[in-house]
Amino acid sequence: MKSVKYLIIGNSAAGTNAAEAIRSVDISGSIAIVSDENYRVYSRPLISYFLCNRVDENRMYYRDKDFYYRNNIELIAGIRAMELNVKKKSVKLQNETIRFDRLLIATGSKPIIPNIGKIAHGVFTFLTWDDAKKVKEFINEKKARNAVVVGAGLIGLKATEALVELGIKVTLVELADRILSSTFDRNASSIIENALKKYGCSIITNDTIKNILYRSKVVEKIMLRSGKTLKTDMVILAIGVIPNLDIVHNTPIKTDRGILVDEHMQTNIQDVYAAGDVVQASDRILGKVRTIAIWPNACKQGRIAGLNMAGIEKLYDGSFAMNSVELCGIPTISMGLTEPPDNTFQVMSEYDKDSSAYRKVVLKDNIVVGTIFVNKIDRAGIFWGLIKDRVDTGNFRDCLLSDDFGLIYLPKEYRKHLVTGPGIEV
Amino acid sequence: MKRIYIKEEYCMGCRICEVQCLVQHSKTKNIIKAYKGEYPKPLPRILVEEMGHLSFALQCRHCEDAPCLDSCITGAMYRDELTDAVLCNEEKCVGCWMCVMVCPFGVISRSEEKRVASKCDMCYGKTEPVCVKNCPNGAIVYRDEEKNEEC
Repeated sequence: MKSVKYLIIGNSAAGTNAAEAIRSVDISGSIAIVSDENYRVYSRPLISYFLCNRVDENRMYYRDKDFYYRNNIELIAGIRAMELNVKKKSVKLQNETIRFDRLLIATGSKPIIPNIGKIAHGVFTFLTWDDAKKVKEFINEKKARNAVVVGAGLIGLKATEALVELGIKVTLVELADRILSSTFDRNASSIIENALKKYGCSIITNDTIKNILYRSKVVEKIMLRSGKTLKTDMVILAIGVIPNLDIVHNTPIKTDRGILVDEHMQTNIQDVYAAGDVVQASDRILGKVRTIAIWPNACKQGRIAGLNMAGIEKLYDGSFAMNSVELCGIPTISMGLTEPPDNTFQVMSEYDKDSSAYRKVVLKDNIVVGTIFVNKIDRAGIFWGLIKDRVDTGNFRDCLLSDDFGLIYLPKEYRKHLVTGPGIEV
Repeated sequence: MKRIYIKEEYCMGCRICEVQCLVQHSKTKNIIKAYKGEYPKPLPRILVEEMGHLSFALQCRHCEDAPCLDSCITGAMYRDELTDAVLCNEEKCVGCWMCVMVCPFGVISRSEEKRVASKCDMCYGKTEPVCVKNCPNGAIVYRDEEKNEEC
């Protein structure tokens, strides 16, 4: 039976960063990465860019061709990990069983498929490179002119943007009362909604898909919960993702919605770690343990898991929701808690309707807990630092939204803490 | 590893560092052509913050635990093996601005025309960064990293 020191299931952000971190401190231990996708690691967020030809195949790859060779990592691609035996410390793949010393589960997310009966030709989810290729192929094959995108979250909107660029008329169907309801407030949503409408999109809110009607085995119409029917050439289902826990079934690994890990990214089973979208870990702002399924989080968790697996202790200090995405040419950034749940929070905002520039800062006890920036996004990272380090903004709170807000407003001690060492002498 | 350090108390706010940085990162390396002739206009990677008598320059700290490295969706941000500097490969960058979102110093700019992130590269390839060389008052220095200090 084949044996490796470090076995990683999953070849995306978390898996790749973990492998790199391991190799940076362990130059000889054998590393194998198993992936059911038959590709070298690629940038999942770029699949919508690929769909509309903004990015070609070469630019899709996250690391260059010789990455696996240089780092002495064995990539087992296009093979699914079927069964995990934590007692025997082995994973059964489609064609062989591999024993491991340390295991990382980095299986990511899978798309939520609504309960609408059979899914057939012309209906797609939008999570993998293959999904994007299938959509592209279908559009060319059927000369698709219009599409319905179910779900106006980040995946749905990026898919919409790509389709619009390909000249396809899109109808967005969203269950909430506005697009991007989990990250944007009404002001920010309406700026993007107006931009989408200018690009010819229709937006239907407070509604969702009920079922799909096919003709000659291809999608013809969809029926919404409200009773509305939409004739369409294709459907993209983007109503959300959940952790891909398939490999964890029938094992004693503790899960909730995702795999539960401690601050070393280790599960309740010794030598079994988990990182990325599949994990439930601490949210610094909400004080909860939850899944934060975003690329930067997966990279950071993967890196920390890898270091711990290789014997270097590094603690994961939590994360928070954040996203930077340009939609219809409008750059947007959102972080943390963007809609205060009650009036114990303070909100500062400025909205310039003419330039569609919107900035909002949410605070609790003078500590920034959330921000939204639309169009005016420069130096937004300073707020990321204020959130992460729980900086008391009491003395300069009124200046947070001024155009020249910067580190110069921060107290000298904080500036020194933040920048000294590899930085400023204060 | 050499790093750039700022001495806040010597900064005059003259912004010669910004000008020299822009010229160094231009195509022509000529100050008049860089400002008046080039499109897209080159960007300085250093910025000076000023309030009353206080001023200081800021550029990429090339952090050990760089948040921009973790956030880059394309792998455009990478760490150079030789200098440990964090660099941006403009050919891979798609302008998603994740790095802008997480840089706590706010020192990554957006080149809107080129749709790429723009930041200090310690004048890669030169023996001394131009901001260090041209600062009239010694407010920007270039020396070996002090490993005992926490970031």
